[in-house]
Formats: sequence, structure tokens, C-alpha cells
Amino acid sequence: MSLEFKQIEKRVGAETHIYATDLKLEDGGFNILLGTTLSGKTSLLHLMAGLDRPTSGEVWFNGKNVTRAPVQARNVSMVHQQFINYPNFNVFENIASPLRIQRTPAAEIGRRVGEVAELLNLTPLLERSPNELSGGQQQRTALARALVKDSDLVLLDEPLANLDFKLREELRDQLPKMFENRGCTVVYATSEPNEALLLGGHTATLHEGRVTQFGKTEKIYRRPKDLRSAQVFADPPMNTATVTKQGDTFILNERISWPVAESQRSLSDHAYTVGIRPHHISPASGRAGAVPILGEVLITEFSGSESIVHFQIEDRTWVSQAQGIHPFEIGTKAEFFLDTSHCIYFGAGNELVSA
Amino acid sequence: MTGKFTNQKAWFLVLPVVVLVAFNALIPLMTVVNYSFQESFGNNIFFWEGTKWFEEVLHSDRFAASLGRQIVFTSIILAIEIPFGVAIALSMPRKGPWVSVCLVLMALPLLIPWNVVGAMWNIFALPDIGLLGKTLNALGFDYDYTQQPISAWFTVILMDVWHWTSLVVLLSFAGLSSIPEAYYQAAKIDGASSWAVIRYIELPKMKRVLIIAFLLRFMDSFMIYTEPFVLTGGGPGNATTFLSIDLVKVALGQFDLGPAGAISLIYFLIILLTCWLFYTLAMKDEAQ
Repeated sequence: MSLEFKQIEKRVGAETHIYATDLKLEDGGFNILLGTTLSGKTSLLHLMAGLDRPTSGEVWFNGKNVTRAPVQARNVSMVHQQFINYPNFNVFENIASPLRIQRTPAAEIGRRVGEVAELLNLTPLLERSPNELSGGQQQRTALARALVKDSDLVLLDEPLANLDFKLREELRDQLPKMFENRGCTVVYATSEPNEALLLGGHTATLHEGRVTQFGKTEKIYRRPKDLRSAQVFADPPMNTATVTKQGDTFILNERISWPVAESQRSLSDHAYTVGIRPHHISPASGRAGAVPILGEVLITEFSGSESIVHFQIEDRTWVSQAQGIHPFEIGTKAEFFLDTSHCIYFGAGNELVSA
Repeated sequence: MTGKFTNQKAWFLVLPVVVLVAFNALIPLMTVVNYSFQESFGNNIFFWEGTKWFEEVLHSDRFAASLGRQIVFTSIILAIEIPFGVAIALSMPRKGPWVSVCLVLMALPLLIPWNVVGAMWNIFALPDIGLLGKTLNALGFDYDYTQQPISAWFTVILMDVWHWTSLVVLLSFAGLSSIPEAYYQAAKIDGASSWAVIRYIELPKMKRVLIIAFLLRFMDSFMIYTEPFVLTGGGPGNATTFLSIDLVKVALGQFDLGPAGAISLIYFLIILLTCWLFYTLAMKDEAQ
């Protein structure tokens, strides 16, 4: 059940969609492709499925070179962002369709479809036609079709993006459970960092056709390999600034500085890029050792129980994300508190030096 | 001022449409209704005849024959043009520079006026000087559309297929273009054959445009007049005298306004009922 890319490259005309990439997916696990639109998620998925041929490089699947093998020979299934079902089949026939093509005996089809339908709460809907279903039900039908096949590789291309918020949360909770104990490798493409964190597993961060990092989701979030990976895996965007280390102090400007932690003593004295996640900057003091910084408020956004405040220090814009409603007058100076224990430091080549 | 009273103003807003519809549909239709129930003489003298003309028309062999020809013609046209049009649309390129070339080529016959099409085919199919007629005869077929009913039917049908299949192609192509790429990818991943893709994805997704194409081709071919009139004039004999050609003969040739009115109304009702019936049945599943 393993999938490996060896120096895979995909060019279309003069454009490069995927730059030479090595990637070995976690066998039987949940793999997430995280990146913005046009970062190459869908291109990678198509290469994995065999819908597209790479311009150069090799695809290895279960220890075999399948670079030239057509889709049908690969035993993969895929769920798209749009809800794709056969329009004039009912739900049962839709789920059964891959099995019918494989000429599975009718009794087994009935059993397997019944099983998957039960898992996805589709049992009462089996007789309905897709256009009588809600978006969530249509996408569950598409997921069922992918599950029933028992493929080695299941590709999910932003399957929740077209669903409304409530359904998205519900289905996202169910997803990892659906694929448990099935022994298949799942690849899940998403543009939302929070979704990647909620789903766990392993994550590959993508930026403009390059895989910047691949590893355990949690680890990539905590210790991004470089500034790019950190930025891909941050929503709202990560705050960055240049700081200078001088002895046992990091200096941002003449007014803002904080002490160097024990583990960072060995760093040499010069300039670093510091990355600070918005939720480590709070409009309320509280945590001991938080560094107060003074900025001019530009925009405040409230989403339910959360405040996102954009403010300016010198010529740089900062974002703070905090629980609770924190009203600010736009244009006024306000004090924010920086939790420096969570700062991530990058060196001259944007590589991680301390997290 | 009550709410009811002020609402009366709305009539003024509807008025332009009412007047327009009255002048282009209701009043002309009512004159036909008027003729169909009366005997008309010069100097606007009319005698009430009740349903006499309708009974006469419905019992006449001549009407039955031209209606029969009309039904056969329309059935043949639909049986050829719909599958043929869909087949052409399916084999057209979906992407790239050839798409617009194909579309323009397809649209070309639709831009030619009916009587020009009739005149073109009239000359094109002449057995002694026309390219088609001469070629067919040179190949050993005994072909002369001015003398043989079979040849005349063949030419009229070929002409209509040439002129109107493009409409089905364009509508089908529009339907095909609106199918998201992901459907084809899903089918590929399932391992579906190309026939299965046509049968279970493309045709169901084209259903709505095909209903429209079918209705348009039914109405148009059932009302066909100009092209066969210019090509064969309804002949040889009455071989290609379709309902509309016969109607014009009754109304303007013989000046029998009563029977002509009755034929017109029956003609109109047949088209209206068939379209309504077909549309209702075809859209039954789409109700949700």
C-alpha cells in the first residue's frame, strides 16, 4: 500500500505545475496535501491517480513502477470537490457502480454496499436519485463509492470545500474513522491549515509546485523546516519580523526586545527572521513574561467568540488573534502582548534555527 | 384610498404586453376561428356553419393523406437528425483551436434562408445538370426527383438533414461542454468504458438540451413549408404535399376559407398538444 514519487516533474506547455519532487507517503495512513489554490495539490493528486503522466520521474506503487500504467490498473478511488455521482442511478447503484464494472457477484455487491451505506448513514436514502439529495448526502454517496471499492489508495480533493459549515465539521469528524482499519493510504488535499490540524496524520506543505516539507502534521506545525512551510501552515497568516540577537537579548527595535531562552544561547549574534503565530499575540496581558508591544489599530474582525486585530508597528502590519471580544477604536494606539516562548526563528536562508 | 384601489394601476403596466400579444397572436387567431365556423363570401358576407368544416376536414381523405405524409416526414427527420446530431457533437473536439472552426462550419447551414436552401437543392439535385443528380445517375441509380416520389422524398429529407442537423449539434455540444471535467475523471477511475461514459454521464447530462432540440425539430419539421415548396412544389403528384403546402393550396389556391380555417386550427392543436404531452412526460423525472 505504498506510494512513492521519485523526482516527479510535471510541465504543461511552458508552465511547470510540479517541480522535481520526491515524496513517500505514509503507508495506510492519512496524508494531507496542504497549500493554497494553484500550489499543485490537484496536479499531485492526478499524478497519484494516474490521470496525468509525469513529464519526468517515476511513480512507484506497492513496490512496482506504475509511471506508465493507466488509471484502471492502479486500484485507486477519488472524491472531488464537486459532488460527482451518476445522474440517473439511484444511491445504491451509484455506490455499486465500481463493483459492477469489476463484475462482482450480486450478493457480494449487496453486502458491501449495505455495509458502506450503514457506515455513512445512507441506508434510508438508497432508493433516492442524486438530485433528490442535499449536498452533504451527495458527497457522502461519492465517499461511499470510493470506500466500497476497497482501493489501496483513496484520493480526496478538497471533498468538504463545497459543503456548508455545519456539514463540513460533521463530515470532517467522521472522515478519519471511515478509513480506519481499511489498510488503505488516504491522501487529502486541503487549503485550510486548521483542517489539516484537525485531521492529524501526516502533512505535505505545498508552495507553487514544490513540496516544502513532509512529516507528521503536528511536528510540521510546531517545527516547520523553513519560513515557507511555516507560512503555508498558518491561518491567519504568520507575523514575521527581523530581530537581532545581541548577547542574551533579541532586539526588534529600540523599544521592543526580549530575553534569549536557555536553548537559544548557542545561536550566534546576528539578524534572524522571527515568526509569531497570531494567537501568540494577545490584546490582554496575562501570561507572565509576555512582551508588551505598542501598535496602531488598523482593522478589527470579530468571528463569534474570537477577535482578530490588525495593527501596525512602524511599516509592518501585525495580526493578533485572541479569544473573547476585544473592541478597539480604529486608529488608536493600543498595547498587545507577545508570548515569546512560542516564537519561531529562521536564519539567513530562511531555514529553521529555533522553535 | 384603499389598497385594492391603488392596485388597479398595475393594469397600465401590463397593458403594452396585452396589446402586443393581442395584435400578434390573439386577433389573427380569432380571424382564423371566425373563418372556420362560417361560410365566407365577398363584401364581408358570412353565414354561420357551426362545426361543418371541421367534420368535413376530419372525414376528408385528402387531409388524412397530407397529415399522414407530414407524420412520416417528421418521424424520419427526428429519427435521423437527433442521433446524428448527438453523434457529431460527441465526436467534435472539446478543447483547442479546432472547436471554433467546427462550430462555425456547423452553424453555416443555419444561416441560409429557407427559400435559398430550397433553390440550391433544386439545382443541386437536377438529374441532368445538378451535381447530386448527375452523380447519382452516373453511379447507376435511377434518380429523378421531378418524376419519382421516392427520389423526391430522398431529396427533401437529405435537404432537411443538411439544413437542420447543425441545430441539434450545437445544442448537444452546449450540453456536453457544461459537464465538469471531474465526471470524466471519476468514470476513468471507476474503469468505465467509453460507451458507459456516453450512456451514463453524457446522455443523462444532455437530457434537458435534447428535450429542447427534439421539441424545436418537431415543431419546425411539422410546419415545414418553404423548402419543399421551392424544391418540389409538393410533387411529383402529391408525393411531397405536406400539411402546410396542402393548407396553402386550400386557402389561397382554391380560396376555401372555411376548410382552411378548420385545417389551421386542427394543425395548431396537433402541434400544441404533442409538444405539451412530450414536454410533460419528458420532464416528469426532473420535477424535483
